[in-house]
Amino acid sequence: MGNSQENHSFLDFAYQLYRTMKTNEISLVYEGEVTQEITKTFTSLTEKSLAKSEESNAVQRKVFNVMVECLQNISKHADSLSDEDENERRGIVMVSRGDDCYNIITGNVIKNEKVPGLRENLEQVNSLDKKGLSELYKTQMRDGRISDKGGAGLGLIDIAKKTGSELTYQFKKISDEVSFFILTSTIRRNN
Amino acid sequence: MEVINIQGTDDTPNVILDKDNNKFEISGRSLPEDVNMFYEPIMNWIDGYSEAPNEKTEFNFKLEYFNTASSKIILDILLKFEEIVENGNDVTIKWHYHEEEEDMLEAGEEYADIVEIPFEYEAYTD
Repeated sequence: MGNSQENHSFLDFAYQLYRTMKTNEISLVYEGEVTQEITKTFTSLTEKSLAKSEESNAVQRKVFNVMVECLQNISKHADSLSDEDENERRGIVMVSRGDDCYNIITGNVIKNEKVPGLRENLEQVNSLDKKGLSELYKTQMRDGRISDKGGAGLGLIDIAKKTGSELTYQFKKISDEVSFFILTSTIRRNN
Repeated sequence: MEVINIQGTDDTPNVILDKDNNKFEISGRSLPEDVNMFYEPIMNWIDGYSEAPNEKTEFNFKLEYFNTASSKIILDILLKFEEIVENGNDVTIKWHYHEEEEDMLEAGEEYADIVEIPFEYEAYTD
C-alpha cells in the first residue's frame, strides 16, 4: 500500500516535471557528474536539435559556445557537498528556449570561501561593455596562465562577450561550508 | 624536420605542420579536456622550427570553434611566431572564419592587436 502511494507520487512528480519543462520550453536537463564525455554528448545533442530547428547559424554557434564554457566551468570548478566525493564535479544544466532568447542555466555547489572572489569577477564582467570585455579578455589571455585544472580564467568573460547580455547569477547558502551557485546566460535570438 | 599530422576529433583540431611542403594549419574544433597535453608536441615542434624557419611562413587557422583554454594556447603559438618575425623572417597568419561567424573574425582581430604579425582574414561558406 505504502509502496503504491510512493509510486503514485513519483509518477505525479514526473508528470509535473514534464509539464513544467514543456511550459518553460526546457529542451535539455541534466543533473550529475560533468566530465569531458558529458560535455561532448551534451553539446552534440544540442547541436543536432538546433540544426533541426530553423535557428540561424550564428545563434546556434553561440548556444554551442556558451554551453561548452558553462560545462567546462562546472567540470573545473564545482565543489562537492561532502569531502567523500571531493573529486566529483557535479552540477545541473538546463537549456530553455523562449520567444526571443535561449537561456543556459547551470548550477553547482561551491565552497563559501570562493564566493566573494567569484562574485567580484561576475560584477566586473557585468560592469563592462563589449570593448571593455575585449580588453579584459586580451589582458587576461596575455598575463594569465593555465591552471592545473586547465582553466584560463576566461570563461565568464567569453560568455559575456559572446552573448552580449549581462550574466544573471545567484548564490544560495546551503551550509556553513558551501553554497549553490546558479548562473544564467542569455543568448538573444534576433540580434 | 618531422611532419606533424594529427587527425581532428569532436574536441581536438586537425593539425598539419610540414616544413618541407611549407604547410602549417590548425583547423576544426579545439576544446580538449587537457589543452596543455594536447598542444605540448605542437609547441615543441614550433620551438624546433623557429631555430631554422622557412623564409616565408603562412600559418592557417581555420577553426570552427575553440574554447577559452585553447584561446590562451593559440596566443602562445602566435607569440612564438612573433619571435620568428623579430628574427627577420616573413610570417603571415591566415585567419579563416565562417562568413556568418562574426565572433571568429573578432577573435582573429583580437590576436592581431596583441601580436606583431600581419594577419589576413578570409571568409568561407559552408
